[in-house]
Amino acid sequence: MSPKRWVWGLAAASLLATAQVAWGVDPTQLSDPRLQARYESLTHELRCMQCQNESLADSPVDLAADLRHEVRDMLLAGKSDDEVRAWMAARYGDFILFRPRYSLRNAWLWGAPAALLLVGALVAWRVVRQRSALLAADPEPLEGDGQP
Amino acid sequence: MSRFLLPLGVFLLLAVVLGIGIWHAPEKGVVTSPLLGKPAPQFSLPDLNQPTHQVRSVDLKGRWYLFNVWGTWCVECRAEHDMLLRVQRAGLVPLIGLDWKDDASQARAWLTQLGNPYQAVAVDTSGRVAIDWGVYGAPETFLVNPRGIVVYKHVGALTDAVWSKEILPRVSAAPPGKS
Repeated sequence: MSPKRWVWGLAAASLLATAQVAWGVDPTQLSDPRLQARYESLTHELRCMQCQNESLADSPVDLAADLRHEVRDMLLAGKSDDEVRAWMAARYGDFILFRPRYSLRNAWLWGAPAALLLVGALVAWRVVRQRSALLAADPEPLEGDGQP
Repeated sequence: MSRFLLPLGVFLLLAVVLGIGIWHAPEKGVVTSPLLGKPAPQFSLPDLNQPTHQVRSVDLKGRWYLFNVWGTWCVECRAEHDMLLRVQRAGLVPLIGLDWKDDASQARAWLTQLGNPYQAVAVDTSGRVAIDWGVYGAPETFLVNPRGIVVYKHVGALTDAVWSKEILPRVSAAPPGKS
């Protein structure tokens, strides 16, 4: 075999190797491309309960495969995305949802950024007002200030 | 002096919030079951020892039972098996087994070899019933009251401590037949 063919062979082999990784976990293909897209986004936002930091789509364990089948069957049966999420959460709790839902228990978490932003804005407003008051009391410009 | 008060206050508030978080942190990896306080999922599955019979959840209503999920492939289940036999000998709560995604003949051999603590074992080959119960790793044990409500769930091997601190007080507070 010539060196050139070797290089080509090696390139093809490495391509095949990566291809296998990409297809290894979930080979599911639904005939309707829109269902397939919903299936893929749902399995990516549901947690594998056994591995806990992987999504259903990425996990090779048995339970994840079973739960992917449930997602597929529900989509084929015409269930909405929210119905699939609710079905999962009824069994495994909100923990299975990588995108948390709003509830009374976690309301303070959702509200905290807005509250902190408000506090920050108030502090900034007060500081700016104090500084401008200082400036007004001292009309003499600093040396070189504002002069070309 | 007063310029330190605000940061100090913020620090103390943060310390309290984080302290509460650490204090109440659940055991690592254990997920609180949304089934607690809700009716146990319905099922009807073949009986491991009498495959022509069905183990049905409706037949279990009216008394306490422990629903124990296991499999011969599960190492922790072997570790908890002696404890299950002790629970059976205590005679207070019957054990209903769920043989999860397992080979039935191997499961029967396991019970013959180690002893059978179960009143009945339901065979869940597909794993559908286990999913309805929110099972994510065997062994898991659910305590169901006579009204068919799940009142407690334990993930991992059953121990003397779990039995005496969590299960026994609940069962003896309401004796069998009443709720």
